[in-house]
Amino acid sequence: MEQITILEGRQKQVFEKKKGMEQVDISCDTSSLSGSVSQRACVFCGSRVVLYPVADALHLVHGPIGCAAYTWDIRGAVSSGPELHRLSFSTDLQEMDVIYGGEKKLYHSLIELIEQYKPKAAFIYSTCIVGLIGDDIEAVCKKVAKETGIPVLPVHSEGFKGTKKDGYKAACFALMKLIGTGSTEAITKHSINILGEFNLAGEAWIIREYYEKMGIEVVSTLTGDGRIDAVRRAHGASLNVVQCSGSMTWLAKEMEAKYGIPYIRVSYFGIEDMSKSLYDVALHFADRPEIMEAAKQVVSEEVKKLYPQLQKFKKALTGKKAAIYVGGAFKTFSLIKALRSVGMSVVLAGSQTGNKDDYARLKEMCDEGTVIVDDSNPVELSKFILEKEADLLIGGVKERPIAFKLGIGFCDHNHERKIPLAGFIGMYNFALEVYQSVMSPVWQFAPRKGGQQ
Amino acid sequence: MLLRHTTKEVKVREGLTINPAKTCQPIGAMYAALGIHGCLPHSHGSQGCCSYHRSTLTRHYKEPVMAATSSFTEGASVFGGQANLLAAIETIFAVYDPEIIAVHSTCLSETIGDDLQQITRKAKDDGKVPEGKHVIFASTPSFIGSHVTGYANMVAGIAEQFSVSTGEKKDQVNIVAGWMEPSDMREIKRLSAELGVKIVLFPDTSDVLDAPMTGKHEFYPKGGTTVTELQSTGDSKCSLALGCISAEPAAIALEKKCKVPFETLDMPIGISATDRFIMALSQAGGVSVPDTITADRGRLVDVIADMEQYFYGKKVALFGDPDQLIPLTEFLLDLNMKPIHIVSGTPGLRFEKRMQQILAERSPETNFKNGIGADMFLLHQWMKNEPVDLLIGNTYGKYMARDEDVPFIRYGFPILDRIGHSFFPSVGYSGGLRLVEKILTAILDRQDRDALEEKFELVM
Repeated sequence: MEQITILEGRQKQVFEKKKGMEQVDISCDTSSLSGSVSQRACVFCGSRVVLYPVADALHLVHGPIGCAAYTWDIRGAVSSGPELHRLSFSTDLQEMDVIYGGEKKLYHSLIELIEQYKPKAAFIYSTCIVGLIGDDIEAVCKKVAKETGIPVLPVHSEGFKGTKKDGYKAACFALMKLIGTGSTEAITKHSINILGEFNLAGEAWIIREYYEKMGIEVVSTLTGDGRIDAVRRAHGASLNVVQCSGSMTWLAKEMEAKYGIPYIRVSYFGIEDMSKSLYDVALHFADRPEIMEAAKQVVSEEVKKLYPQLQKFKKALTGKKAAIYVGGAFKTFSLIKALRSVGMSVVLAGSQTGNKDDYARLKEMCDEGTVIVDDSNPVELSKFILEKEADLLIGGVKERPIAFKLGIGFCDHNHERKIPLAGFIGMYNFALEVYQSVMSPVWQFAPRKGGQQ
Repeated sequence: MLLRHTTKEVKVREGLTINPAKTCQPIGAMYAALGIHGCLPHSHGSQGCCSYHRSTLTRHYKEPVMAATSSFTEGASVFGGQANLLAAIETIFAVYDPEIIAVHSTCLSETIGDDLQQITRKAKDDGKVPEGKHVIFASTPSFIGSHVTGYANMVAGIAEQFSVSTGEKKDQVNIVAGWMEPSDMREIKRLSAELGVKIVLFPDTSDVLDAPMTGKHEFYPKGGTTVTELQSTGDSKCSLALGCISAEPAAIALEKKCKVPFETLDMPIGISATDRFIMALSQAGGVSVPDTITADRGRLVDVIADMEQYFYGKKVALFGDPDQLIPLTEFLLDLNMKPIHIVSGTPGLRFEKRMQQILAERSPETNFKNGIGADMFLLHQWMKNEPVDLLIGNTYGKYMARDEDVPFIRYGFPILDRIGHSFFPSVGYSGGLRLVEKILTAILDRQDRDALEEKFELVM
């Protein structure tokens, strides 16, 4: 096989778990090397994906047209009501604006839009050049908020000011300004916020239903199927349940500091983690044992249904190998467990935004010989997929065609998932999707895995 | 009603764009650079730009799209991106080993004032560009023009920076491809071969973005115009630029640098524009048009005649990029249809003038607008005020089509939800046939769907 080298300067972001090997820390949380074909995005992207599902807010991208065009309705974050978030609004900055500043344009755009659509709040995303030309977005937002009477929140998401994670933080910062401004009247003691669940393909609805079946009140979902009014009263909940660790842990910590709301980290992928996320919440509300009883009831009913359905997939998939390369590391943990439950092993695990603790845990979880990567690139991914003879790649939009060119199956565990993968039903969907792709008859016609049949 | 927010009343907006019918320059530069063999496009800006462009191109082609980025940080944005770009060039040649790096700028690097010409020259002077390898560049600020401008700028950069005039003319014709699909480029090459004219087509994304499955991930697929071919463009007899906005700047660059005369044509979409292309190419090559091509044309005319009653008077709204919209509008008029609303986000007077020429006699009442304020929101408002029978445009048109319950043909960039554009051309007579088939299918399917039972026809 052709030898592909790992990018110089990237050796510290790649690790292979071997016996007797000294436990070096994987290097992460760094920006990508100049000149790498990175699969990562920018600060703006991080902010945009986190806030996008708030459906009754106005989302105005302040910058040249590209940033708004590329993020126009690309995320299947479903709303049960308003759909203002699915439109693309941009100040479409031109050369003259770059020279003379874009504040006026921003002001007029905001006034026009708020008058027209009467949103509950507005998020103003600043993009790279806004940071450079020095528009005082804060001042414009303040002015418009005063004139229109709705919260107008700047999101400082200049693309170059860090990584996608900094974008999550900027988004949470804007949310934090909203939280605490609504009434918490009538919120019960046994209540939670669901954090870091974006309602892709309706996943938040599934999760919400489980919790409600347990007798728990869900005050707000941040931000899936999100509503401004619900965000404003989120501080009335007793517990924050945080999924997608990368995006929302910061917010949970802030809410803990400011409002004394404790938080737990959960994952809704796979039977094991899904069940745990219900039990952990029930444990928090130990004063009402019937909540735990209800949780057990939900889990047992769902698992009873699900378990036999999975066996067909497990039979076919046992012994197959998977490679995982997704955004957040926390998701990787769940995926490893979920894959194991259908008989598959993981030979490559990586993420775009994992931190030190994440990688330490990943190393612990993985089997011998598993390759662990941070901020990988297509050359590396192809190399390891071929070397480790993976049958499946789990990734996002840019990884999909690479998997198919290599002649292996693919599962989108990112924005472009079409069916819910969270919850117990999600585990079934996930297994089905993996099964469909790995066992597809198309592979019989294709030169596979480097061309060696 | 996804676009329930669209109001019927058209109000003047102060520089606000809603649902854009364009995107920014760099993605066009990236697409153009992929049409050079062994080339790695490089985005000199933040990481997000490169990631978004790759994702969008990947969604459109369902192919891996490789490109590198300077990964700007806060430091680079204060002190300039020279160090990042120099480091990037070194890294790319060391690890990804392309023949060429095609650097394009972004709003960020342009605003900082990075001079790509100076930085790439420094890279060469400092020995960071290995012997026989190349670094080219194009300035593509996102706050000017659109993705089409970015394409034009990169193609002009390719012509300018590769062409060499040896003083010895070659018996070949340059064809500068406007922004078209790999399938279209393949068809242009087929037609030229059929005519017997030797051409250099650039850029050429066929066999790059429509690659077969091989079991390998080819970092540099086999297609793309080669460096040798690009260098030889300076010795060609003449250039034909297919598209006054996306292709002409490259032809002008070649004329300036190597004195290669050029002619600008509309992109060969539909009968009239293809006629002009075939005529120009046969004249440039000094050949006569073979019977096979005449027969292709005849078949297209025959089909249109067979079905002419279904085209007549049908109102069409279209949006997209200027070089496609111009010949497409002409073709719709040739089909006896009525293109009544036309929108392109790409600014420029050339579009306006050419559209006026085409529409003046046959459809002076047509609404058309390009540049600032010409977005899909406006088009949708127009459609509410004067409904149409057919909508033609990229995937984003599906919202309007659904809300207004109008038959919809996907055409242009990007198409994120259907396949076909990579494989079936829309240029040439065979491309015309495909368009005719698509239009008829859309219209007749609708007629069948809406027909009363007693009027539901078997033979159409």
